[in-house]
Amino acid sequence: MKKTNTIIIAAIGIAIALPSLWYGQNHGLLPVAASEEAKSVDSIFNLMMTVATALFLLIQGALIYMAIKFRRRKGDETDGPNIEGNVPLEIVWTAIPTIIVLVISIYSFEVYNEMGGLDPMSSHDPGPQQIAQIQNHQQQLIALDPSQADLALGLGASPENQGQKPYLNVNVNGIQYAWIFTYPETNLITGELHVPVGKEVRLNIAAGDVLHAFWLPEFRIKQDAIPGRETEIRFTPTLVGTYPIICAELCGAYHGGMKSQMIVETEADYQKWLEQQTQVADASNWDKAVASNPSNLSDSDFLAPYADEMGVNQETLSELTQLQHHHH
Amino acid sequence: MTAQTEKPQSTDKPAEAVAEQRTWKDYFTFNTDHKVIGIQYLVTSFLFYGVGGVLAGLMRTELATPDPDFVSPEVYNQMFTLHGTIMIFLWIVPAGAGFANYLVPLMIGAKDMAFPRLNAVAFWMIPIGGIFLLSSFFVGAPQAGWTSYPPLSLISGKAGEAIWILSLLLLGTSSILGGINFLVTIWKMRIPAMTIYDMPLFCWSLFATSCLILIATPVLAAALILLSFDLIVGTNFFNPGGGGDPIVYQHMFWFYSHPAVYIMILPFFGVISEVLPVHARKPIFGYRAIAYSSMAIAFIGILVWAHHMFTSGTPGWLRMFFMAMTMIIAVPTGIKVFSWCATVWGGKISLNSPMLFGLGFVSTFLIGGLTGVMVASVPFDIHVHDTYFVVAHLHYVLFGGSVLGLFAGVYHWYPKVTGRMYSETLGILHFALTFIGVHLTFMPMHELGLLGMNRRVALYDPQFQPLNIMATIGSYVLAVSILPFIINVLWSMVKGEKAGRNPWKALTLEWQTTSPPIIENFEEEPILWSGPYDYGIDAKTLEGDRTVQELLTEVQGESS
Repeated sequence: MKKTNTIIIAAIGIAIALPSLWYGQNHGLLPVAASEEAKSVDSIFNLMMTVATALFLLIQGALIYMAIKFRRRKGDETDGPNIEGNVPLEIVWTAIPTIIVLVISIYSFEVYNEMGGLDPMSSHDPGPQQIAQIQNHQQQLIALDPSQADLALGLGASPENQGQKPYLNVNVNGIQYAWIFTYPETNLITGELHVPVGKEVRLNIAAGDVLHAFWLPEFRIKQDAIPGRETEIRFTPTLVGTYPIICAELCGAYHGGMKSQMIVETEADYQKWLEQQTQVADASNWDKAVASNPSNLSDSDFLAPYADEMGVNQETLSELTQLQHHHH
Repeated sequence: MTAQTEKPQSTDKPAEAVAEQRTWKDYFTFNTDHKVIGIQYLVTSFLFYGVGGVLAGLMRTELATPDPDFVSPEVYNQMFTLHGTIMIFLWIVPAGAGFANYLVPLMIGAKDMAFPRLNAVAFWMIPIGGIFLLSSFFVGAPQAGWTSYPPLSLISGKAGEAIWILSLLLLGTSSILGGINFLVTIWKMRIPAMTIYDMPLFCWSLFATSCLILIATPVLAAALILLSFDLIVGTNFFNPGGGGDPIVYQHMFWFYSHPAVYIMILPFFGVISEVLPVHARKPIFGYRAIAYSSMAIAFIGILVWAHHMFTSGTPGWLRMFFMAMTMIIAVPTGIKVFSWCATVWGGKISLNSPMLFGLGFVSTFLIGGLTGVMVASVPFDIHVHDTYFVVAHLHYVLFGGSVLGLFAGVYHWYPKVTGRMYSETLGILHFALTFIGVHLTFMPMHELGLLGMNRRVALYDPQFQPLNIMATIGSYVLAVSILPFIINVLWSMVKGEKAGRNPWKALTLEWQTTSPPIIENFEEEPILWSGPYDYGIDAKTLEGDRTVQELLTEVQGESS
């Protein structure tokens, strides 16, 4: 009897473990991972998916089994056994989840560190409007010059890049309903982001009106753009391609249309694009390649190209413009 | 004030003969009877559930296509703002308060709540606040989401936002008054024989809920008052344009609004702990573990709020702290799920409507719990925050959890409240449609979020359309699923078989009185002759050779 029980438990264990291990690796629920950090995030998701699938199968299996096996027979008016608990069993099912969440926490901590989340330059909140005094007590720990303003909140450099300047700095400004990218070295202003593959990029994210959130699904990174506070994300793209940039924080009626794209290209292509853009900018060909400065235009002029993309008709656009004016 | 009616002095006549009956008019008055107030809460919250459900149906209709072609994006934003606000503050929270009002005094053998007038005041704030909130549709409803983050909430329609703030202050005050009342009632009004470990677990969960309400809700009130100053008189507490900090609002808001999730789910954890033992004919497995885990959830629940802000203005160390706290809360929640399973294991299950909803609750809430651990992990949450993955998670917790638990409770106590049995066929049909609808609506949303669909959008990328159509069909199934319920409730109230005092042979005190209970609840102080979950001792023969059923009949005979 004891032996058959052991065999049954082992069989159930295998019947749960095998599909869980398989599904954890083959769920196919995530888009392509375009950086090393994205792959780390996927590996933690895969682990959590494996554990979740196992618990899912265990509990749902038990519920279905119970609903079939432990039905009250017709005419049986007696109660089930008077079992009020089992302390060793309760200790087991308190300890197992504790260990699971402990492992997931430690692993998450590691991955978050790998992503640059614990870079001292970005893991403290300098507060609104870059008030330098707040950081005074930190000065014994790291040499900090708040006037340099390279202190922001968000995802900093990965441990191997810490203390180094990123290859490329781009300032990102979120406004209703567009992302504006400024390349500070060339003063280039664009509506889409171009970055070279294999080089570390730092995005300095700001918001011009309300909260936005800069999300790159293929890179598994997201950081809110907060008016009055600078935030940053650093990452190194490893896969050439075109990726969506999505605003994830509700920012108004056309929040769903606040999209752009990031083009990761080879160093040569990137340089070529940079050259072209500077020439275009010189020729003041504002309409085509370079995003316009919104402050020079009326709302409706500024929104027109985006409205096309969103499939918004002229009527709702004028409503939107009116709505905007109410608030100014 | 019929609740204040003197107890009949003459005890020689049967109590039923002289007992005053409630008429339908009582339910439209400022009545202080906790049972009337409980029903007022439940019926009112069901009406608002209808409104929130219609909004959800309209939103899903809009989302059947990627273009904003059914309603304008502004209207869409108004709809999801009110959908969220209504479902939280006018459906699940007051429905939980309704159950608590009706059941707590009965379960502890009291005649009423500790503060009956305060109780009625708390209830009447709900319809007033709710109608006030809905009136915002006439002036341009709020459209900054139920979170109402500034600066967007300060610039997207002043009148609607002001109404949102004021009605939430009303509803929050109602919740605080209810919390005080439950806490005092549970603590002070139990019959003397009932220690805290003889209380039904529903009372434990309400005790934990009330503690949370009292700690967290005042902070929401503070946030809303400051927000209203920013909105109406132009102060700059949260407005970055004048040096304010929008992140402070987020902290204050979530200090309430994460505990609010537990305020919404804990009462229904309690309901499940009542329903499963009765219909499985087995004692609850690990009474103290379940009771303490409610308190642990309430306590840890106060310290996890910033996990809603992992991508916001939250520094790395804070993200790590809140990740750890959020992970820990999975442990007491896990204890409950395992204990419920062990309660049913080996029992003699009746697969009736309350039991189906009860098991459906465990099954569906489990999924919400598992994704909850996932989103607690900061690196993963950074990817899925503000996406449909979170929409799926929260609906699995609040629909799969709270609402399925709520229906389990409605069917379980329907005979007690109305004195009549409901139709089992319609109840099972209701369960089947709801269960299919929940999964069809919310399961695809996990994948949508992981693939890159952000939430709170009226327009989306066409690649996401197939999964969205699935969700929309699911929402229509959910809409249809409520029809057998409504028919069942109304038809059975008139035509249902008489239920008697205790159709389930349950052991908690509310089943010892008449169905529906008389105005003063019990003819005389009830006798605590058994623990709340002492099932299975009938075989052992209690007090000689009498069965529990015989004993129950005797108790009834004595009291009438």
